[in-house]
Amino acid sequence: MQDKGRILAQAERLHVFFRGAGAEPVQTAILQPAETLLDLYGEDIRARAYVTSDALRGEQMLRPDFTVPVVQMHMDSAADPARYTYCGEVFRRQERDPSRPNEYIQVGYELFGGDSPAEADAEVFALFSEALSPLDLRAATGDIGLILAAVDGLSTTDKRKAALRRHVWRPRRFRALLERFAGRIPLPESRKRLLAEIEAHGVEAVLKAAAPEIGLRSRADVAHRLHALVQDAAEPPVSTGETELLEDLLSIRETSVHALAHLRDIAVDLKTIGPAVDRMQARLDALAGQGIDVDLLDFEASYGRTTMEYYDGFVFGFYAERKPGLPPVATGGRYDALTRILGRGREVPAVGGVVRPELVLSLTEALA
Amino acid sequence: MTLKLGVPSKGRLMEKTFDWFAERGIAIARTGSEREYSGAVEGVDGIELVLLSAGEIPRELASGRIHLGVTGSDLVQERIADWEHRVLALEPMGFGFADLIIAVPRCWADVDTLDDLDAAAAAFRAAHGHRLRIATKYHRLVRVFLRDAGVADYQLVDSQGATEGTVKNLTAEAIADITSTGETLRANHLKILSDGLIHRSQATLFKSRSADYSDADRVNLRDLLDRLGLGG
Repeated sequence: MQDKGRILAQAERLHVFFRGAGAEPVQTAILQPAETLLDLYGEDIRARAYVTSDALRGEQMLRPDFTVPVVQMHMDSAADPARYTYCGEVFRRQERDPSRPNEYIQVGYELFGGDSPAEADAEVFALFSEALSPLDLRAATGDIGLILAAVDGLSTTDKRKAALRRHVWRPRRFRALLERFAGRIPLPESRKRLLAEIEAHGVEAVLKAAAPEIGLRSRADVAHRLHALVQDAAEPPVSTGETELLEDLLSIRETSVHALAHLRDIAVDLKTIGPAVDRMQARLDALAGQGIDVDLLDFEASYGRTTMEYYDGFVFGFYAERKPGLPPVATGGRYDALTRILGRGREVPAVGGVVRPELVLSLTEALA
Repeated sequence: MTLKLGVPSKGRLMEKTFDWFAERGIAIARTGSEREYSGAVEGVDGIELVLLSAGEIPRELASGRIHLGVTGSDLVQERIADWEHRVLALEPMGFGFADLIIAVPRCWADVDTLDDLDAAAAAFRAAHGHRLRIATKYHRLVRVFLRDAGVADYQLVDSQGATEGTVKNLTAEAIADITSTGETLRANHLKILSDGLIHRSQATLFKSRSADYSDADRVNLRDLLDRLGLGG
């Protein structure tokens, strides 16, 4: 067990470092309204966050991270750009591994607004890289925006693209959907039967046979989806060429400079990723300007897809390679879409990250 | 120290448990009055019978207050976090069958698989402004199952009884519950998803991994398991 005082001292050191970079220190409540978090993350958050309640405010969650309350705080401010840093405990329920802590300190840095997303991405990454530089960590990077742009570029219906976008953060379901849309796996028997029945007797007859109507999901909801299924069945599959381009993109795992060249090749055939590739180029230039050696920086196109689903652009993490079982020492990324959801109509470019001082401390002590 | 064997304290589950042990040459029975929760194990040394509600047996096994226990595998998997590391399933006992399943209204002609449920949930949320609600008391098992299946845009609502009625009462859109024959589902105009089987439960003899075992306990346990045909 580490000495809490020394973890706090390490946290304070990181907090001071981020303040030195121009960030305004902010604090948030420990108890957060559960509804906002549930709306964002879905049922999975219940497995990860402690839920409590009172008669007045209803369900509350012990802060599982700072990002959401910091975004909410910023959305009421007019500052642009704005830089914030925070330092405090987060709480995570554990159901599987008793050795994982259920409360630990996070120190974070968040950057809102500014003129250049590439410069903002590079600023945040370089700050974490500098803060952690004595520890000899491996940096992982990725870009969810490339995947989203690639999905948008498929020659298929908006409905199919929306279904794929919705599951970018659930790789297994994403793959299953892609295989289905590409015609590589047949429709389930029950779907074939349903389509045959609709073709023979019409949607109305199928609805009637399934009566009585109960529950909030109405007959109109069911009819709507039946029509959508008929339409979808008439759609041609996503072409082999496009499917393979997307799979090729998702499997990229090399240094950033090589990855960029690889992506340029893909962009010749999948033109919609062009702007996202340009943004990556601009980010690499900005990172180089910050003194990061991009020739050595790893890039993994699927990185960040299994974390909580709010990152939609650049993503990064810092790992202690000598201790493979250790969680990432720091993680972060761009989350423009989250500001749109929480901003009540307003959207602000946002990128940030968090570091865990207790991991920094244990690695520092291991070096000594 | 004696080895503590926890068995369900009432109903068919208790009777079937007694029968199961009797068929293997071990007589266990309640003692005292009809209302007194105590019992005895005959023919094996050093074993104490503890009569408990089937729902409490998982907790007692996990904490190590009993060494052996008979309860439904659904209850163990739902109520003990990291259950594989805290208890050992010694033997399925062949009774108390119940399937934990996901069921939706039969009028959902468009929904037959988890794939469909996920797509319907997305459309439902967009149209109705809240996530598709699934009523259950098996929160953990259902959540893990749906997470592995990649289903999104749902929420679990707690239902400790009469779960099949929640859809008609508009407190949920779908349910996840145990069923043995499916009759109650049919009567409530619900159908089971074709790939919606979450867990096939039955009464199971469990051993606690966290209880203290003295040398004598180990000898008695081995003796008991040999008698039950579970040795080796």
